[in-house]
Amino acid sequence: MSKGPSRRNFIKASAIAGATLLLGGMAGFPGAASQGHPHSGSTGRSKKKWVMVIDTERCDGCRMCTEACIEEHVVPSGWGEPSFQGVRQTTKTAVLQKPEHIGRQEWIKVYNMGEDLGPPGDKGNFLPLPCMQCVNAPCVKVCPVNATYHNEDGLVLIDNNRCIGCRYCMTACPYERRFFNWGDPSQSYTQEEKAKTVFAESSPEFPVEHKKGTVEKCMFCAHRVKFGKLPACVEACTKAGMKALFFGNRNEDVVSNGAEILKLSDLLKSRGAYRLQEDLGTDPNVYYLPPRGK
Amino acid sequence: MKKGTIPVEEKAIVNPLQTTGMKYYVVIGLLASVVGIGLFAYITQLTQGLEVTGMRNRVMWGIYVTNFVYFIAISMAGTLISAILRLTNAGWRKPITRIAESITVVSLIFAGSSIVFDLGRPDRMGHMLLFGRLDSPLIWDLFSLTSYLIGSILYLYLPLIPDIAYLRDSSTGISGIKQWLYKRLSLGWTGSEEQKKKLERAIKVMSVLIIPVAVSIHSVTAWIFGVTLKVGWHSTIFAPYFVSGAVFSGIATIILVAAIFRKAYGLESFLTLRHFKNLAYLMMAGNLIYVYFLVSEFLTMYYGGEPHDLMLLNAFFTGEYAIQFWTFAIAALVLPLIILAVPSGRTILGIVIAAVLANIGMWFARYIIVIPSLSHPFLTEGWNPYTPTWVEISITGLSFAGFALVLAIFAKLFPIISMWEIRGEQEGIASQESQHSIGPVGEIARDGGERAT
Ligand code: SF4
Ligand code: SF4
Ligand code: SF4
Repeated sequence: MSKGPSRRNFIKASAIAGATLLLGGMAGFPGAASQGHPHSGSTGRSKKKWVMVIDTERCDGCRMCTEACIEEHVVPSGWGEPSFQGVRQTTKTAVLQKPEHIGRQEWIKVYNMGEDLGPPGDKGNFLPLPCMQCVNAPCVKVCPVNATYHNEDGLVLIDNNRCIGCRYCMTACPYERRFFNWGDPSQSYTQEEKAKTVFAESSPEFPVEHKKGTVEKCMFCAHRVKFGKLPACVEACTKAGMKALFFGNRNEDVVSNGAEILKLSDLLKSRGAYRLQEDLGTDPNVYYLPPRGK
Repeated sequence: MKKGTIPVEEKAIVNPLQTTGMKYYVVIGLLASVVGIGLFAYITQLTQGLEVTGMRNRVMWGIYVTNFVYFIAISMAGTLISAILRLTNAGWRKPITRIAESITVVSLIFAGSSIVFDLGRPDRMGHMLLFGRLDSPLIWDLFSLTSYLIGSILYLYLPLIPDIAYLRDSSTGISGIKQWLYKRLSLGWTGSEEQKKKLERAIKVMSVLIIPVAVSIHSVTAWIFGVTLKVGWHSTIFAPYFVSGAVFSGIATIILVAAIFRKAYGLESFLTLRHFKNLAYLMMAGNLIYVYFLVSEFLTMYYGGEPHDLMLLNAFFTGEYAIQFWTFAIAALVLPLIILAVPSGRTILGIVIAAVLANIGMWFARYIIVIPSLSHPFLTEGWNPYTPTWVEISITGLSFAGFALVLAIFAKLFPIISMWEIRGEQEGIASQESQHSIGPVGEIARDGGERAT
């Protein structure tokens, strides 16, 4: 806990380490890029296009991703946002929610597409929703002060030192993936969490110093992926045994959940992947794999 | 214009500026205390954050934005009455112009402040200028609002100059500060032919310039909603829809404010039934155009039958927002039309009642534009709740009481009826004008009944 927030889950399994190296290459580490990854190029311009693939067949609705995300970013209160409470029994594990995490903003929210709290292991009924990191992002278009913007890798970030708190971006997001700090975020923290927010270095890539009156959301763990690490939620999902979340660089055509490394285009094609509300033209970077044989 | 003499006619206009009754102070005191409560609420909100409001992550805009749209809409008053009627030479407008123009300026001030009340970080307002992005409709609105405000202040001020000079010269019972103020603001006006010509020219140019700016602000306000992908907002007709709503509630506000000044300042001989009737006809036209847009919006939503559209319509007609919707429909659309359609309803009292109903109803019209589309369940199961808290209600109180307060103070300092313009009418300049009057507005002016004498 007291260690750097991005280091805690680092190298949990050898598979993760492997994926780390792989992503490191994709992230364009000078060393890795020059060996065997001709696509990363040497122009200095970013060739990364991060994508997440979510296998709804595997997702058990355990909410490990949500828990890990809250832990990683010290996500503050959701101010009454309806959130899951209690234990969600899964086929693999019983995941206990940390009591202090109840009522926090859920940057990756696990929706139960059937009845809430459906039968355990009722596969394909859960839909985890992170920010879609839309290419044609409605939230970026409307921001009056450029506080929400695309970074060079195409991730949608928020500069909480610039945001004026107009919440126009929230009305614009068709996936309801934006949250607002309605009051003082630090009031929802435990002592431990407070210390973490004070000592970590805050930036739009890793906004641990959450600010009152500004907007928050998932940023695809920009602070981790740029160093070749998987996002916290992806790591946690694999650790829980679900392996439902994949992450990778579209330009490298490869995704990994830390345990497997798959060819993105094949995966999307063979599983009939879809994106949410594709008809809106937002061009999201999150793909969903529908359950098979049901 | 001789020093110190006030024609009997104009005594009624100038009187309230020179003598102040107890009643005035009571009203000012009441309004000021409502503003005070609102300021206390705003300080609470500043210290604790927006968590003291009823807004939350799903319904993230509430009655502050409703008030913003409402105040923007009534700012249409001045432009419509002064600019459009001036350009069409409708002579009957003259006693109402000043009232209408001051409503515009004051409503824009409170529209702007409603946005500030809504901001999570009002301390960073300057970022809009430092980092403003031209792609954002909010920046369009900032530009539009500031140009409209500056334009409207000029447009209120220009026709005020001869009257200020008049007050400066008729120095009876004027305190030193006021005397200084009038001297400064009258810019050495002597009333010479040349000055008059220049002023008329300036006013004419302003009245042409202000119309597109006014249309732009209502359109841009509509586009703030229209450009998003939200159900019920993402509509191509929003801009003209908002313009028509602005005409409707702008006129309703003029009627209300004019009636209050008429009673309070004893202006019965200037603001006659004829003026109220003409305004009532314009208001009816605004009402009907608004109904037309509403029907075309709802019909296309219903006929297409997209589930989200239908859900929203159901919420209006029988569901979660039925109370607000029917308050709007009955108070703003049905009742005023019934009252004004029957000839016996077209008394001053009847017209004022219709205007009050229209104002209340049109506030709810904005409420059901802003809130249900956010509350509408998109990914979540049920309708997201929103109930304004005491803080939001107090700050809304501040906006409305502040609006009345600024108008009341303005009317203490400056004549609320444009004296030189109605004088012009009596001297025959205007009778020339009304012969040239064209179009339906001119018709109304001629058929309007009693003359203002
Ligand atoms: S999902 Fe919403 S917040 Fe994320 S990029 Fe798209 S519009 Fe923006
Ligand atoms: S709330 Fe902040 S990030 Fe969102 S549109 Fe307003 S200024 Fe931009
Ligand atoms: S990618 Fe990172 S920020 Fe986004 S949901 Fe996962 S853990 Fe949270």
